[in-house]
Amino acid sequence: MNAGWPAIEFVVNGETRNVHVPPMKRLLDVLREDLHLTGSKEGCGEGECGSCSVRMNGELVNSCLVPVLQAQGACIQTVEGLACDGELHPLQQAFLHCGGAQCGICTPGMLMAAAQLLANNPRPTVAEIREGLAGNLCRCTGFKRIFDSVLSAAAQTEIPMASETHAR
Amino acid sequence: MRGNAEAHELIAPGSLDAALDLLADEPGEWTPIAGGTELMVAHAAGGLNAKRLMSLWGIPALRFIETTPGNIVIGACTTFRDLRDNGAVADDLHLLAKAASWIGSIANQSRATVGGNLVNGSPAADSSPALLVYDAEIELASVRGKRRVPYTEFHTGYKRTVLEKDELVYAIHLPRRFARHRQYLRKVGTRRAMAISKVALAANALIEDGSVREIRLAAASLAAFPARLYRAEDAVCGGAVSPEVIQAARRALLAEVVPIDDIRSTADYRKCVAANLLEEFLVSLKTEGPQ
Ligand SMILES: Cc1cc2nc3c(=O)[nH]c(=O)nc-3n(C[C@H](O)[C@H](O)[C@H](O)COP(=O)(O)OP(=O)(O)OC[C@H]3O[C@@H](n4cnc5c(N)ncnc54)[C@H](O)[C@@H]3O)c2cc1C
Ligand code: FES
Ligand code: FES
Repeated sequence: MNAGWPAIEFVVNGETRNVHVPPMKRLLDVLREDLHLTGSKEGCGEGECGSCSVRMNGELVNSCLVPVLQAQGACIQTVEGLACDGELHPLQQAFLHCGGAQCGICTPGMLMAAAQLLANNPRPTVAEIREGLAGNLCRCTGFKRIFDSVLSAAAQTEIPMASETHAR
Repeated sequence: MRGNAEAHELIAPGSLDAALDLLADEPGEWTPIAGGTELMVAHAAGGLNAKRLMSLWGIPALRFIETTPGNIVIGACTTFRDLRDNGAVADDLHLLAKAASWIGSIANQSRATVGGNLVNGSPAADSSPALLVYDAEIELASVRGKRRVPYTEFHTGYKRTVLEKDELVYAIHLPRRFARHRQYLRKVGTRRAMAISKVALAANALIEDGSVREIRLAAASLAAFPARLYRAEDAVCGGAVSPEVIQAARRALLAEVVPIDDIRSTADYRKCVAANLLEEFLVSLKTEGPQ
């Protein structure tokens, strides 16, 4: 931590956080290194793989491409913010149940992209799921089990989107 | 080599006026950053030359879509997500909405701005062909005031534009006069999502009494910057679309484009595909008959 940098304040998973870091530092690095939220992963570091996806002000973003200054005042949700009171989010349960995660590197990003999709479209078709997750690459599952997981989560009658408390 | 965050200054002027003042006070010193989906990629690779950056993200005066009976005006920092979500854009500029849906992924579209797409000036920029066939005008702002240039004159060379050192792109003006036109946009790339185009063609045409009264054709990746295909337009405009006209239009297109060979494709492939796309559009005009 370098106190020489001006404070940047934002809300992460419902908690107000303050960081003193270089303003060009990537949001991904601030989450992982300064806030110790290591759920968000770095795959490519250039916007291609989606493993660093988080939700910012109700939109999905690649945190590797966001200079942290641009998160000033934002509401951010990371994968750590999906579970609620020790209960896994329905999407997380569905990924477990359907085998949507193998090595797990893509999983946090997939979950956030899926959470974003379901927040806007609670009953997506497979085509809509494919589009919603098209920016998230997985080298293990072959994608089908991921799409099945999202379908299964969406099929549950009630989807308590923990995300809604932070979004928009 | 990964870029070093500490080596770059980044400030948020917070308003359009403050941003323009900064550019005027120290011309050439400050580089705007909007959604960062170009500059942060360069930064990741250690290739960001700009040392001092100013953020345009979160300036409301730059992120808007304004609709009047005759025009749609789009602020420079409008994201492709905003464009996809806007009803007037979907109705009157549906090629632009379609192009917006192709830019990268959802996460990309929520950050990538239309101004950043234009100023970055890639020959493959996805918003460009649609903006060209819709007769877009680009409004530039500086402390000296605002000026408008036709989009056809905005790019002056590979990744070069008419933008002066103290200017920002402020907005894009689009006339709402294409509802009766036949419209076409097709991008050919490696994959539907996340793929930069090998070739893209946008077109619109006004058909009256079986004749082509107006036609606009514009392409990406067929020259150093996105451009209209005037010779191919001339080969079609004024008459009916016959097989001979289609052949003449193909020849005209092949004569005027100068595509590059690069990692994504070869010049020959690009030419061949571009001519096929043009033919696909012209055949659709012919078979649908007069309106
Ligand atoms: C994974 C990925 C996929 C992509 N896919 C596509 C694609 O399919 N099609 C496509 O066309 N592009 C694609 N891009 C490129 C990029 O997302 C777009 O070009 C985007 O529109 C750039 O906008 P930005 O606001 O993020 O730009 P920034 O990186 O913020 O800026 C880009 C340039 O524009 C300048 N600038 C920005 N705003 C202004 C302004 N108002 N006035 C003056 N100068 C300004 C900056 O100084 C910089 O030089 C992709 C990028 C990534 C990372
Ligand atoms: S690490 Fe951010 S998109 Fe790959
Ligand atoms: S589970 Fe391994 S990359 Fe997706």
